[in-house]
Amino acid sequence: MHLAYPAVLAALLFCTGLYGVLARRNAILVLMSVELMLNAVNLNLVAFDVWLSKAAEETLHSGQALTLFTIAIAAAEIGIGLAIVLAVHRNRGTADIDKLRDTAEGHGTDSETDGSDSDARTAEQAAQSGRAGKAEATA
Amino acid sequence: MTTTTLAVLVPLLPFLGAATGLLLGRTAPGFVRPLAVLPPLASLALAAVVAVRQGGDHPVNAATELTPTGSVPIELALHIDGFAALVAVLVALVATCVQIYSTGYLRDDPRYPSYAALVSLFTSAMLLVVYSGDLIVLLVGWEIMGICSYFLVGHYWETPEARAASLKAFLVTKLGDVPFLIGLFALATDAGSFRVTKVLDAVANGGLDHPTLIALLLLAGVAGKSAQFPLHTWLPDAMAGPTPVSALIHAATMVAAGVYFIARLLPVFEASQAAMVVLAVMAAVTMLGSGLAALAQDDIKRVLAYSTIGQLGYMTGALAVGDRGAAVFHLLSHGAFKALLFLAAGVIIHAAGTNSLAAMSRMKDLRARVPDAYWTMTVALLALAAIPPFSGFFSKESVLGAAEHVATGHTEHAPGAAGWVTLVAGLLTALLTAAYATRLWLLAFRGQGTEAPDHGRQPLTMTVVLWVLAVPSLALGALAYRVLPDWFDGRDLTPTLTTSVVGTGVALVGGIVTYAAWRHTSALAARVPLGAVAAHPDGDAGLVEAEAIASHEPAYGDVARASDPADPGRLLLGPLHRHAAVGFHLDALYTALFVRPVQAGATLVRFLDREVVETYVRGAGALPRRLGDAVRRAQTGNLQTYVSALLAGTVVLAVAVVLVATGA
Amino acid sequence: MTLAEATATAAPATLTRAAAETHGFLSPTGVEIAFLLVGLVTFGAAIVTVTTKQLVHAALWLVVALGGLAVEYLLLTAEFIAWVQVLIYVGSVVVLLLFGLMLTKAPIGRSPDADSANRWAALVVAVAAAAALVWVVVDAFRATWIDLDGPAAGSTEATGASLFQNWVLPFEALSVLLLAALVGAIVLSRKEKPESSSPPVNSRTATGSSPSVPDSRNHPIGRKGAVEATSATGPPAQGTGSAEQEGGAR
Repeated sequence: MHLAYPAVLAALLFCTGLYGVLARRNAILVLMSVELMLNAVNLNLVAFDVWLSKAAEETLHSGQALTLFTIAIAAAEIGIGLAIVLAVHRNRGTADIDKLRDTAEGHGTDSETDGSDSDARTAEQAAQSGRAGKAEATA
Repeated sequence: MTTTTLAVLVPLLPFLGAATGLLLGRTAPGFVRPLAVLPPLASLALAAVVAVRQGGDHPVNAATELTPTGSVPIELALHIDGFAALVAVLVALVATCVQIYSTGYLRDDPRYPSYAALVSLFTSAMLLVVYSGDLIVLLVGWEIMGICSYFLVGHYWETPEARAASLKAFLVTKLGDVPFLIGLFALATDAGSFRVTKVLDAVANGGLDHPTLIALLLLAGVAGKSAQFPLHTWLPDAMAGPTPVSALIHAATMVAAGVYFIARLLPVFEASQAAMVVLAVMAAVTMLGSGLAALAQDDIKRVLAYSTIGQLGYMTGALAVGDRGAAVFHLLSHGAFKALLFLAAGVIIHAAGTNSLAAMSRMKDLRARVPDAYWTMTVALLALAAIPPFSGFFSKESVLGAAEHVATGHTEHAPGAAGWVTLVAGLLTALLTAAYATRLWLLAFRGQGTEAPDHGRQPLTMTVVLWVLAVPSLALGALAYRVLPDWFDGRDLTPTLTTSVVGTGVALVGGIVTYAAWRHTSALAARVPLGAVAAHPDGDAGLVEAEAIASHEPAYGDVARASDPADPGRLLLGPLHRHAAVGFHLDALYTALFVRPVQAGATLVRFLDREVVETYVRGAGALPRRLGDAVRRAQTGNLQTYVSALLAGTVVLAVAVVLVATGA
Repeated sequence: MTLAEATATAAPATLTRAAAETHGFLSPTGVEIAFLLVGLVTFGAAIVTVTTKQLVHAALWLVVALGGLAVEYLLLTAEFIAWVQVLIYVGSVVVLLLFGLMLTKAPIGRSPDADSANRWAALVVAVAAAAALVWVVVDAFRATWIDLDGPAAGSTEATGASLFQNWVLPFEALSVLLLAALVGAIVLSRKEKPESSSPPVNSRTATGSSPSVPDSRNHPIGRKGAVEATSATGPPAQGTGSAEQEGGAR
């Protein structure tokens, strides 16, 4: 098989996942897109491993081993990621990324009550004084 | 001690007194009065000794080079001839009298220490001008006098009149001082030196290259300093200062400095016939105009101010006909009686509570309140009107005699035209002088109406000084006219018969006509009440005067005149009265020509500074702020925006690297 | 074409040329056709995942994409990886995602604001990245073929032998990582329980926050303490119930 097929498919899947990470509003949808990116990487690793296992003399099968590790790490990551998303949801009442704007300019001046910041902005040019703290709460 | 040492001490002692007074005035107030009086007194004694030693013989000369200038050197030089010696004695005498008078006049004034120090500084500067043998050192004294005049005229700076008057005096005299400076430089370039002796030698030997130009430039400065037409407008307004200041500065010393300067350098002016004619015309216009204006003034000090301008016109007229002996003789006697007039006027203002003649003419028995001022002022007014045997008669006759001498063609020094102009103007002015002197005396001392307020005896310091100055006013002329030629150039100062008779006759006519007019109008005084009187029975004279000056305009609508039908001047002048009262509209003309354009220019500059320059400055600050605002908008807090930007940049970089690597 | 030469040095040149001799560029084998078709399905499913407005459907389309990838692995003779993919990804990751959607109360049906306003910039970036990557990759591997004949390169036996001979240490480290992730997930999702062991301490929670902690609205302690004081009921039992309570108390 021509090596271009899996490589191109992996590149396309990666960019699809990239679009999803940048364009989706819900945090869980972002995590899904991250999974797509990781899978694209896995496909690349597997394809090259298979190519090299026949094309090279001595291999460690490093591609497939790394693929297994990536899958495991992705699983761990999705677990932690969802826990974080749940904590955010508990604190802010929403999993909407656009509402997590604590690093924005001019953010800290108008929020005296708990709860979400106002979603008054339609474009990204909301000018709020920034606080350097993290948006998420950690125990 | 040598004469030179004594002569150096004469201006130095008041200067040290002034410096010490300025430094210690606030910390050691007990020393202020001795420090004010003693240095001028010591200067008087030393100046008298110097005068005696010099005795009209060879001039005392001494010089040391001050600093190498690269072209014409400037030296600290003394040149004391007869003129300098006698004028210095006069200056020191008047300064001492003024200082003693001021201790009573400004008894309660909180600014007295600085006032006394400034008067001492002024005295020192005038003595420097008198004794100096180097023109630049003379200029230094000249300018110091100018700035001291500014401070002293503005002594009552709480009143707007004083503020305006001090600025006006300073600016108008400076307007003359700029051509004066240029003239000095031109003179030194032509003569090769700033030393008076060398300049006079140069004139005598080879002559100057540009005598008319130099003379006219120097005349501009003299006109400003000695209040001659057209730069005389500052002197009547300078009456907003305290009376002792007027006596010192505007009677005897500063205004005399211009006359003295011309007398010092008369050969320079004589080198240009045109300049002499200009000087004569200037003197004539000044004499006549000021005489008419004096008849229309309501403020007693303004009458005396215009009188000073006129008498200075006499002196410049004498110089225009080339007789400096007559000019300086008149300067000496005028210094004495004019200072006396001003000081007596101060006493009267204190007693009456007003400076308005209209108000005084409606008071009875004012002369009983101030007997010293009454008698001494009478003596001084007779001297002013040049009635024999008072000193004014002799000095004025010497001027008129010199003018007649030149007019009848008996001399080579000056053109005949100058002589005629001076003679005719001088005789007419004698008429006007007698008229306004009589008017003053009648309105102040022969008033009818309410009883004058009784504020007790005047302070002794003020009255004793009046008698001290009355002596030279009475006797100086008679005693001196024989002796003075030895001190001066040797020309005879005896009054000639023709001019004496005509002059005295004219003066008597003026006096009688005024008296008749007064008899005619004084009946109206009772029918038309007028005037405002400051009521400060316990205040010192300075406070009363300041109040009187400040209340003149609110009471009468004008700082100079009052619409008083009982004023004989109104009858005498007829239709000219209205114009004479405002100095023939010269102030209004200057305002339109100079003051308004300068103020418009200042407004323009302020506008440009605020709108143009400030805009740049604010823009320089606003630009980074706006840039900062723009950059801040990138901080949206949205992670996806940040990552998008990051990845876009990464893609661009990757493509660029690939293109470079593949050699595109 | 220096890039192609650079990558070609990784493999012996002779074998590559040998592969090239048997295959022409325009003669796909059956494997390639199958790979292409399944790849299209996968790619399409991925596209729908990132564009659909129904959140749950997105997760389901992700299943399709991940399954498609498993088939691709099989086609590449990496069977162990394929089954691990199905087990872990399709089996647990997607389930976790669905649970997450449920617990964060994702809307059922179309949600109009599933895409942020950033999507146009994202589209541009993604398309640009895709174009760059595809072009570079195709340019580099123009003349490279995978040899799928012979024994499977990714059989379980081969993978296991390689894993436990050469990759033991990373394997053990990975298990530690999994343990840490497990602990972390538990800690993150734990809620503060009311301290029933010391009753008078309720006064501390009643003030809302301890004085040493700044009153930051990000800090859960203060908020939860206040909420606990106001709720005054028994300890919240379920995650959804507490979430609702806190949502209501706010």
